[in-house]
Amino acid sequence: MSRRLRDLLGVVPFLVFVGIFLVVPTLVVAIGAFLDEDNRATLDNVTALADGYIVQAFVRSIVLSAVTAILGAVIGALLGYALVTAKPDSTVRRVVTSACGVLAQFGGVTLAFAFMATIGLSGFVTLFLRDSLGIDIFSGGVWLYDLPGLVLVYTYFQIPLMVIVFLPALDGIRPQWREATESLGGSTWYYWRRVAGPLLAPAFIGSTLLLFANAFSAYATAAALVSQGSPIVPLQIRSALTSEVLLGRENVGKAMALGMVVVVAVVMALYAVLQRRTSRWLD
Amino acid sequence: MTTTAVSTGVAVRLEGVSRRFGTVQALDGLDLELAPGELVALLGPSGCGKTTALRILAGLEDADSGRILVGGKDVADVPVNRRDMGMVFQAYSLFPHLTAAENVEFGLRLRRQSAAARRRRAQEMLELVGIGTHASRFPQQLSGGQQQRVALARALAIQPQVLLLDEPLSALDAKVRLQLRDEIRRIQLEVGTTTLFVTHDQEEALALADRVGVMRAGRLEQIGLPEDIYRNPATPFVAEFVGLSNRFAGQLSASGVEVFNTLLPTLNAGSVEHGPVEVLVRPESIDLTADPLGDGRVVAVSFLGPLARVTVALPDETLVVAQVSSARLADLPPGTPVRVTLLPIPVVVSPSDQT
Amino acid sequence: MAGLVRRRARRQRVLRWVVVGVLSIVFLLPLFALLEFTTRGPGGKLSWDTWRLLVDWRQLSETYPVLWTGMKASFWLVLLSVALTLVLLVPTVVWVRLRLPGLRRLVEFLCLLPLTIPAIVLVVGLAPVYAWVVYFVGGSSVTLFLAYTILALPFAYRAIDTGLSAIDVRTLAEAARSLGAGWLTVMWRVVLPNIRSAVLSAAFLTVALVLGEFTIASLLSRDNLQVAINQLGKSSATISFAVSLAALVLAFVLLYLLSFVGRRRRRERSVS
Repeated sequence: MSRRLRDLLGVVPFLVFVGIFLVVPTLVVAIGAFLDEDNRATLDNVTALADGYIVQAFVRSIVLSAVTAILGAVIGALLGYALVTAKPDSTVRRVVTSACGVLAQFGGVTLAFAFMATIGLSGFVTLFLRDSLGIDIFSGGVWLYDLPGLVLVYTYFQIPLMVIVFLPALDGIRPQWREATESLGGSTWYYWRRVAGPLLAPAFIGSTLLLFANAFSAYATAAALVSQGSPIVPLQIRSALTSEVLLGRENVGKAMALGMVVVVAVVMALYAVLQRRTSRWLD
Repeated sequence: MTTTAVSTGVAVRLEGVSRRFGTVQALDGLDLELAPGELVALLGPSGCGKTTALRILAGLEDADSGRILVGGKDVADVPVNRRDMGMVFQAYSLFPHLTAAENVEFGLRLRRQSAAARRRRAQEMLELVGIGTHASRFPQQLSGGQQQRVALARALAIQPQVLLLDEPLSALDAKVRLQLRDEIRRIQLEVGTTTLFVTHDQEEALALADRVGVMRAGRLEQIGLPEDIYRNPATPFVAEFVGLSNRFAGQLSASGVEVFNTLLPTLNAGSVEHGPVEVLVRPESIDLTADPLGDGRVVAVSFLGPLARVTVALPDETLVVAQVSSARLADLPPGTPVRVTLLPIPVVVSPSDQT
Repeated sequence: MAGLVRRRARRQRVLRWVVVGVLSIVFLLPLFALLEFTTRGPGGKLSWDTWRLLVDWRQLSETYPVLWTGMKASFWLVLLSVALTLVLLVPTVVWVRLRLPGLRRLVEFLCLLPLTIPAIVLVVGLAPVYAWVVYFVGGSSVTLFLAYTILALPFAYRAIDTGLSAIDVRTLAEAARSLGAGWLTVMWRVVLPNIRSAVLSAAFLTVALVLGEFTIASLLSRDNLQVAINQLGKSSATISFAVSLAALVLAFVLLYLLSFVGRRRRRERSVS
């Protein structure tokens, strides 16, 4: 009995720390979403989510995340496939996976800057196209600092993330399966349609979901890039946190945050289910 | 037992096949012939080229030079998926998203057989390999031995011209290996498909094959009936690789080779210069007698059922491994002084500088 | 000979190089643009002045105090976050494996929870917690390491968990205990040396994460490298672009080195 107690003491520091800095903040959001400024229970914050501008922000966030997830997944899977045809210890593979790690997770402000330097008003490509080819990419308005710009920059970090999360599944495809298919008379196309395709499908869909969650949660790039308005949910939360104009906005922010958690949690749960299927086949 | 049609089998010929991977000469002018319906085992240490030979025959690798004839036709321009060869890999070759039956049906679906015909044939094949009751299981629900049975059924279902087995037993437990080995032979005889079996396990090759080819460095060192390979090894390499051999110093002359004051007939005297040589002697060619005046001393005994292996140390610290009937073990506990006698059975000699 | 197989291998190699090549160009273009932007001198001439300033620390701190503050804060944040992450996580994860296997699911759940809680959400809930942190230890930017440790948990946990899965901690510990070792010796002399590469990758991932963190620092109104870069971006774009590129390259170098650390582990796994 006392030994059991002593054993449990070993995890106390971890649990205390995680309790204060992870569980408490989560509860603050979850409970705060249902409190008014005087800490009385209310559903006002949650019903405020039905306001037109918040609904729109959620729709835009979801569309942005879905579009960039699908683009990133398709292109990233292609790049991943090109990489697994190289040996695991080859330099190409090492360099590309490291670069993907950086671009996928480090990005944020830097990526926003990089795109300003590329296709901003005085960007490298903008100037080149204007001066050399006479093409003005912003003739229809400066789209870089708005939703279309976000799609572009998000796709830029989604592709590398796809490479990272999809590579293990691609590595799990055994060369024997292709050889067996061929010795049984199947063509390359048949192999992709009947063997590799079905085997990779759960991993592909799962990775796409993860990409969706990643884009949905992203904040830094949008914060650095979008100068006017708050088109997507994370930026709405920012303005709810920082605005001092309206009292009680803070708890609407909590409700929006809770909404984000719900979306991400659902997506991640689906991801976990698909991941389990993948690991059964491809480990 | 089943209505499996016995195919007559085709002849396979490899003529002067070479293949180099970078700096490694995997195959160096390999010549090999399989008669229709014959099971030939290619035996050799890893890296000897046996798997390369099989993969070239399957169409999974290219040959740099040489010809491959299947049923008399050159197959160089036939891609792997048209070669019509059933292949069983070392492990993990079953499609994990398909059941055992669906795996077996895979090749039949490619041959556009009707669903009913496919199902019938798959069930028939699974019964042939002894797991008819597991048809709806997924590969990860099957043991390693059962998976290899399904793989065999899948390869045979398409009634291939040639069956290729690439170390199909090496990933299995010893007991399952023995069992499956015998079944592969039974099934192969039943369906009569010309079969190439690649292995590094000499016991497996000797037990299973019509003929055994021992490979070394991309070439056939010797090919022949299992008992020939064992009893009359053509080279020291074959003698050492197939079965256990003692290596003793001896003196080669025109009348034979002299070891431990005994003159023995040789199998390969013509290719070795007279003088000091090394002699390869099988444990069963050595007899031990408990003798207080003998100059050997038993140092270890290992019991192998009806037989036993006894290791004896000679005064010059040479170790001699002899095989005796287990009934005699009582007379030979460790420490017993013994006399070592060589039986007059032909042996292989090798130049003494060769390791 | 025909060489059907080799012809296909060649086609595959060409495809690989085309895909990797095209995407490399697309991906390097924005980074090249950053470099080009920071080397644009007066009159459109090439100038390395910005980069020269970047290595002249004293002048940099005088010219851009904001940047200097952010860099210093990030430096301490990296050190403290790595230290806290490792000190908190490694003993806990090992201990749970050895003595409290029943708690493994809970610890894993808690460690992976930050993946489903976006940083922007976490910061909403952290605001009141940090009010208390300020009350007890003050409002220095360096206190952010507490939040960053939470952000690093999923990545660090996975790295360490993979490392531990590759060895049989229980047997190792039992062997050491049977030879008379105490728990501290088991941890320090037996377990830790065997998961060195996992600990190293956890540390590297934490470094990269802290160097790139913006959301929490910005919304809690603290200073770190990324906040400073963002702030400067509005007034002196050139220097802030240069710093952000340098930080990106640094993170790449870290991860590239990490790929060599992970190699041994991968090979071991592929054998089993």
